[in-house]
Amino acid sequence: MGDTGSVPRLGLEGVTKRFGDGVAVADVSLALAAGEFFCLLGPSGCGKSTLLRLIAGFETPSTGLIRVDGLDLAGLPPHRRPVNMMFQSYALFPHKTVAGNIAYGLDGLSRTDRSARVKTLLARVRLENFEDRRIETLSGGQRQRVALARALAREPGVLLLDEPLGALDRGLREETQGELRALQRRLGTTFVMVTHDPGEAMALADRIGVMDRGRLVQVGDAATLYERPATRFVAGLLGDVNLIPGRITGRDGEWIVVETGFGPLRASASESAPGEGEAATLALRPERIGMDASEGPAGTITEVTYLGVRVRSQVRMNDGTLLRVSTPAASHAFGLQARDLHGPGDTIRLDLAPEACRILPP
Amino acid sequence: MSVFGRLSLSLGLAFLYGPIFVLVAYSFNASALVTVWGGFSTRWYGVLFADGPLLAAATVSLHVGVAAAALATLFGTFAALALDRGGRFPGRPVFGGLLYVPMVMPEVVTGLALLLLFVGTGFERGLVTLVVAHATLGLGFVAVIVGARLKGIDRALEEAAADLGAGPLRVFATVTLPLIAPAVAAGFLLAFTLSLDDLVIASFVTGPGATTLPMRLYSQVRLGVNPEINAASTLLVGGVTTIVLTASWLSARPARSSVKSV
Repeated sequence: MGDTGSVPRLGLEGVTKRFGDGVAVADVSLALAAGEFFCLLGPSGCGKSTLLRLIAGFETPSTGLIRVDGLDLAGLPPHRRPVNMMFQSYALFPHKTVAGNIAYGLDGLSRTDRSARVKTLLARVRLENFEDRRIETLSGGQRQRVALARALAREPGVLLLDEPLGALDRGLREETQGELRALQRRLGTTFVMVTHDPGEAMALADRIGVMDRGRLVQVGDAATLYERPATRFVAGLLGDVNLIPGRITGRDGEWIVVETGFGPLRASASESAPGEGEAATLALRPERIGMDASEGPAGTITEVTYLGVRVRSQVRMNDGTLLRVSTPAASHAFGLQARDLHGPGDTIRLDLAPEACRILPP
Repeated sequence: MSVFGRLSLSLGLAFLYGPIFVLVAYSFNASALVTVWGGFSTRWYGVLFADGPLLAAATVSLHVGVAAAALATLFGTFAALALDRGGRFPGRPVFGGLLYVPMVMPEVVTGLALLLLFVGTGFERGLVTLVVAHATLGLGFVAVIVGARLKGIDRALEEAAADLGAGPLRVFATVTLPLIAPAVAAGFLLAFTLSLDDLVIASFVTGPGATTLPMRLYSQVRLGVNPEINAASTLLVGGVTTIVLTASWLSARPARSSVKSV
């Protein structure tokens, strides 16, 4: 998706925003292709919403350039920008009907064209015949759809979405995720969505940009971020991970050897890995650790939690390090008795495959 | 409610509304003597509506009230907009505080200050000075009421309008103004009643030919209270009560149901 060699739909170059002494957005550069669904992911206060507001024009960057199809947006007020935004609060006009809200940005059209367009947009978000409804009579999910239809009305090149599903309850959110993704595919509009929910970002985005304290720390698709995180922050954000401190001692073929508290481990390197002799962190997903290995570091099971799909165990290594291990629970379905499973107190060996161990900066 | 609660409430209300009730009751007194009950009659209302000078004073009051309220509403609304939506500018907290000063200033002081201003600048005292003085009186109230409303409006609404291609004027006309309209109307009504009720400031700044209703009533009372005054006062109380109730209803309405049209 990323680089097509042509001018990106949305391009950010060294965008920085300072508020007083603080830096909300620090030197963010990014290029989005037309039709891409991009998620800005990070905890609250990481600067992702500020970045969206910079693109929309509600804030002015301290330094840096923002371009849409090569057009520099600097100095353009929000109402002249070829982007539209869907607000977290939806920001629907309470004194206008559904049709009045959606048609607000369509003042260039004739009356008949406008009502035809409103009809199309309402059909697109599955709210046929809602034209004359008042906003206060709509449910949360319906408001969310009206806000989406209104933001799409002007057919923006880039649609900015600020936590568009944040106010929905869980079941509705998952349903709406699928619809949002399908709609984006169908329209081919470039979406930039802000979310703090990693699951949502992974489910929706072509590419995810992880933000941490104003910086864009890693950009990639869900699998890349999950399997090959660049930092401890990214590793921990996308899912449960064991982070083991260690020191790089040398190489073993294609693997790098890291000395940990419970012995040396072989691991695959990352671009951001420190050099030989330096401190490093090993990232290990709980589900990539195998139990019942014939060789490998030994540990004692301290806790077993049955979670239905998976069983989560905690293993204490001989130096006291605690590792979380997650194994499929399917074996229970085949009539295995509880005594066949490991319980607390059992001593086992762990299979820590080099492919599953990733070296990160300390 | 406990017995003590009921008693307190009754006493409080009696204290507040007793005098007004007596005034209203005696406006229906058939007797020409204020203190002697001579049976029920509406004759004084008839006398009232035949009293040329009194009606002229009432007309002056209405005209001044509407003009002053309009001015106060215009400038008060702009003041509120500047303070709440104008971004940060030096001295903003000071300006916000200064709005309250005319509201708590003794009327005698305001009246005297305005008189000195008009005399000093060579303004001929009359209707115009009355309108200006009363607009000054009401401006702070309008700004406070409209400002409270503005604080309650999500800024994202105005941002959404701008995002959808509306320039600043269109955003104001189609989003901000409709949403603050009830507060603007409430401010107008309050400024109108303040003007209608005022005696002190009017006495300072008015000139020949511009006698307001409270001034006329006050000068008649000095010659002796008669039931006609009671009738006039009753009408005034009724009118002001209606307006104040409307104003408080308007400013208490939620933003949601403020305007009905698309």
